Amino acid sequence: MMSLGPYASFIVTSYALVTAVVLILIVWIALDYRNQRQRLRELDESGVTRRSGRSPGDLR
Amino acid sequence: MPERLLAKPATTIRDTMTLIDLANPTKFLSLTARVLPWLVAATATLLAIGLYQSAAAPDDYQQGATVKIMFIHVPNAWLSMFVWAVMSLAALGTLVWRHPLADVAAKAAAPIGAAFTFLALVTGSLWGRPMWGTYWEWDARLTSVLILFLMYLGLIALWRAVEDPSRAARAAAVLTLVGAINLPIIKFSVDWWNTLHQPASVMRLSGPTLDRAFLIPLLVMAVAFSLLFLTLLLAAMRNEILRRRVRSLQMIQASQRVA
Amino acid sequence: MTALAALIRRDIQIALRVGGGALIGVLFFLTVVVLMPFAVGPDLALLTRLGPAILWLGALLASLLTLDRLFMADHEDGSLDLIVMSRTPLELACAAKALAHWIAAGLPLVVATPVLGLLLNLDAPSTSAVALTLLAGTPALTFTGMIGAALAVTMHRGGLLLAVLVLPLSIPVLIFGVAASQGAITGLSFGAPFSILCALSLFSFVIGPFAAAASLRHGLD
Repeated sequence: MMSLGPYASFIVTSYALVTAVVLILIVWIALDYRNQRQRLRELDESGVTRRSGRSPGDLR
Repeated sequence: MPERLLAKPATTIRDTMTLIDLANPTKFLSLTARVLPWLVAATATLLAIGLYQSAAAPDDYQQGATVKIMFIHVPNAWLSMFVWAVMSLAALGTLVWRHPLADVAAKAAAPIGAAFTFLALVTGSLWGRPMWGTYWEWDARLTSVLILFLMYLGLIALWRAVEDPSRAARAAAVLTLVGAINLPIIKFSVDWWNTLHQPASVMRLSGPTLDRAFLIPLLVMAVAFSLLFLTLLLAAMRNEILRRRVRSLQMIQASQRVA
Repeated sequence: MTALAALIRRDIQIALRVGGGALIGVLFFLTVVVLMPFAVGPDLALLTRLGPAILWLGALLASLLTLDRLFMADHEDGSLDLIVMSRTPLELACAAKALAHWIAAGLPLVVATPVLGLLLNLDAPSTSAVALTLLAGTPALTFTGMIGAALAVTMHRGGLLLAVLVLPLSIPVLIFGVAASQGAITGLSFGAPFSILCALSLFSFVIGPFAAAASLRHGLD
């Protein structure tokens, strides 16, 4: 393992925080995607139709 | 009946897409579905390479190993301003051309930009502690990034304050453009203010000409973070388009129930 | 009387009436300046050093306080819709309203400054310097604040959101206002920050009305 010098904790904390925030962004966006797909599926089941005639659950 | 005229033909999506097709949210969704996996792979690869190179980089003769923080601080700082520039372009798209995807892009970009700005502040602060001895230093650059962060928060608050998406988009577009005009003014003012009240210790980087051993990991990380932003932006835009679809369908459903 | 002059006269009259809010700003300014020594301590030398900064901060917060009524009252009784729909260009109407607001709410702050300077142990030349910079800088605060007021008028939670939107834009004015005051007091560079302060005000005379008009048009339909 490389020697990070006397301020190792600062370096590690910085990288850890960046990783954490990026992961939070990724997870938030992924969960939001799942949420919206779920809601579209529910709307599909309740019989609502889109203007284009496609079902709400269809991603196109 | 109007619905019939709007219905898409039963044929499949065309293989070639022209730029004008991107204005169509539906086409955008299928484009995203195809492009996103590649973007994710490219981002992950570049991040991995960048991290390895940052770890392998030598110690700076003045700062020691803490120079490694630069490799994540500078890309975030650069991105915090780049994202505002992207939002400004989207704002022009909303106000001038009424481009339907401009609203979506602007709304999706704001929280991502705010996150990068926050990281720039935090990594800058953690980098500053070994350099200056305090966690917060009213250094010109940190201060202007702090103001930028406040502007991001204000913008996000504005997005959430208006219920109707297109009205929110136009209000946010005005604020984004006013903010964009103000950013150089703010930077200049803070620089001035900082030179007037020159702090006791002045931070020196490894010099304006960065050694190649530091420059290359920095550039790789910068590109990697930019790709990360693009990936997150496209994914968030996709979510926003779906969210609007849900909203309009819920309104149709509510009106059907009443009728 | 032209439409714009009528608009200015009307706004000033409304603001100066009881409940119109012009003098509330001065009262708030007084409150801030009086509270400062309680927070900072009665050390006169320290208060003199902080004087220009306290006066500027008080003026900034006071003008922020009165900004939301720039459009809100008109919006509530429907006259804002009339102004937007009239033949007068909306940008000029916004500029007229901002001018009226500055005369009714900003100028009293400038006038109150010499009196409040006494509380902060500032001598006459220093207070006049601060008053002069406030005279040059408060228009910038009003005209850029108008952008936030226009954005917030169509949202019924206005208020705090407005402050959050406007504050980052007023920071350059604050920086150069205080720098010019300090420059005049210490005898060092006054001209440079003062000219930049004037430039910021002139710049806001253009940006403010255009951005506010755009916000009103997009927000009210």
